[in-house]
Amino acid sequence: MKYLDEYRDHRIARGLATEIAQSTTQPWVLMEICGGQTHTIMRYGLDELLPREIEIVHGPGCPVCVTPLETVDKAIALALRPDVILVSYGDMLRVPGSHSDLFRAKAQGADVRIAYSPMEAVKIARANPERKVVFLAIGFETTAPANAMAAWQARSEGLTNFSLLVSHVLVPPAIRALMVSQTNRVQGFIAPGHVCTVMGCAEYESLVRDFRVPIVVGGFEPVDILAAVLMLVRQLEAGEARLENQYVRSVSYQGNLPAQQLVGEVFEIGDQKWRGIGMIPQSGLRLREEYAAFDANRVFDLGEMSVDEPAECISARVLQGLKKPTDCAAFGMRCTPENPLGAPMVSTEGACAAYYHYRRHAVVKQEKLCQQSLQAK
Amino acid sequence: MSAITSGEIKFELSCPTPLPARDTILLGHGSGGKLSAELIRDIFLPAFENPVLARLDDQAIVNVNGQRLAITTDSFVVKPLFFPGGDIGSLAVHGTVNDLAMGGATPLFLSAAFIIEEGFSMEELRRVVNSLRRAASDAGVNVVTGDTKVVEKGKGDGLFINTTGIGLVPPGIDLSADRARPGDKVILSGSIGDHGIAILAQREGLEFETQIQSDSAALHTLVARMLGVSCGIRCMRDPTRGGVSSTLNEIAERSQVGIEIEESSLPIHEEVRGACELLGLDPLYVANEGKLIAIVAPEAASAVLTAMRCHPLGAEARIIGTVKKEDAGLLTMRTPLGTTRVVDMLAGDQLPRIC
Repeated sequence: MKYLDEYRDHRIARGLATEIAQSTTQPWVLMEICGGQTHTIMRYGLDELLPREIEIVHGPGCPVCVTPLETVDKAIALALRPDVILVSYGDMLRVPGSHSDLFRAKAQGADVRIAYSPMEAVKIARANPERKVVFLAIGFETTAPANAMAAWQARSEGLTNFSLLVSHVLVPPAIRALMVSQTNRVQGFIAPGHVCTVMGCAEYESLVRDFRVPIVVGGFEPVDILAAVLMLVRQLEAGEARLENQYVRSVSYQGNLPAQQLVGEVFEIGDQKWRGIGMIPQSGLRLREEYAAFDANRVFDLGEMSVDEPAECISARVLQGLKKPTDCAAFGMRCTPENPLGAPMVSTEGACAAYYHYRRHAVVKQEKLCQQSLQAK
Repeated sequence: MSAITSGEIKFELSCPTPLPARDTILLGHGSGGKLSAELIRDIFLPAFENPVLARLDDQAIVNVNGQRLAITTDSFVVKPLFFPGGDIGSLAVHGTVNDLAMGGATPLFLSAAFIIEEGFSMEELRRVVNSLRRAASDAGVNVVTGDTKVVEKGKGDGLFINTTGIGLVPPGIDLSADRARPGDKVILSGSIGDHGIAILAQREGLEFETQIQSDSAALHTLVARMLGVSCGIRCMRDPTRGGVSSTLNEIAERSQVGIEIEESSLPIHEEVRGACELLGLDPLYVANEGKLIAIVAPEAASAVLTAMRCHPLGAEARIIGTVKKEDAGLLTMRTPLGTTRVVDMLAGDQLPRIC
């Protein structure tokens, strides 16, 4: 398949891995931000190809995982109303709220539908004027233009039965939050290519400047990620901190201007809670006043849901790159994708779920070795 | 939750409590993944406990007066009823014939039960029944008994069909998922994912056009040819719901062996690959209705493969992996980069990813 096979070519990938090994003289901790990149690293075992000095830690960029529990609870409450059709991206359906998930709500009779695009939800609203259609609009900057377009379209058509339950998060404030943390270990970032396809690169300049941290905008195929790692290693070894773009086939410096304009017209920036991390100021998007009639939070009387969550899992430290999923005692035992204890185990793009799906054999081997050495003692 | 102030960040742990024990049936319980396996383990097996059922193969094989009888049953709830490459009628024959064939049985008789929703079009019913008749006659089996039920409007989804099949297992054949041994080869009869993607492309909401046809077909003549050339076949399965991944995970689990497949050896049509990339699906979990996986002793692999390739339904057959002692119960895959990863069994249905 053109534009994919080249970026999965094992000769190119191995060549890059060799170059990385040759360029590395000391330990470096790098973080990929996006869950899609985490998925690729685990699926292709890219960290196995890297020299021991390079440690890859996984960032908070799985949109499903960082959606607050309250939003999931609200979506379930809405879905259970007989007059509501709740439309969602597929992987939100299994995400547990406080007591249930959307799959269970569906089993109880809720009308929950999976869509690939929020425009499908607009279509459903048009076809069902007697029902209220709510789209669960979550994600990073990548999904914001499509969600904005759905609100814009519904408004221009004068639809009165369509609204968005919004939980949008932004990448640069999250990187800033990670960098100002006293426990931060990350020395270089692979920035999310799809987010930058929309937003461009400019907003990462100040992060590079303020924290003297190299950032490389990276793609999602094995060759993309290895190339981005090489670019970071070269900068770090040379004592440089620059913004570079590896994903040039998709990302331009200014990004997609019409998309940005639409997002700006429909949404405004506000404080946002991240599941697994907490509140980060100015890190989310909410609908502007002009779009209040399309804001499910205002259309429906949902009240303020506040959810108390037990501090059981180590997800916050995983999402900061301080711990690996396998450092958690619950990993693979009490915490599995079927019964997730924490955010990163929820979606296949979450770091814990990626380890669980793709790495269990290595973990099992490790455990066996540990047991054997214990027995030997 | 306290907000983050500049200069200092306080990360707070924030975890959902685990959900209580499963108290209702979810769609995922019918997906052929882990939830289905749990349902069988927790509800059905304890209720009907007996050694024949405990084998958990695609068909039961029972001894009657010295003859080994194979019995299987399958219900068909496919939507849409008509799809490129087949329909619910032909599928109801192929699915059951294949479940018999995977036990090495020669399919003989079928039953067909129709659950029809009030208001269903008579013309469509005729089309389905004709297709079922044709498929049965092509497969050389007779539909010898049946049943009809009509449910109220809104209480069914148009049409469901159940078929039960009976066949005879020739002497000397013993295929079962617990017979895989280290060193055995894993043979796949052809391209994967065709059926699932053909169905998905027809569903409303997914606006993509494709030429992909379902691979729905009766595999018993291919099986007969394979069994005719070698007695080194340990086990056969058709990777339907849950795809190749679920089938191989089940075999690894039942035989307590590891199975390692080679990613680059998987035959996947370009269009299926493209659709899967676009939809965020993994073809290893997508359903097939005319493919089989055979676990074959290493010395028999070449003869079996040659025989398969002479049959139209096995023309693209190839060895995709090996059975090993290590990683018992796990399916692993060598990637083109030379690394290895687990190919897990999914909990429920494969869900499209957000981006």
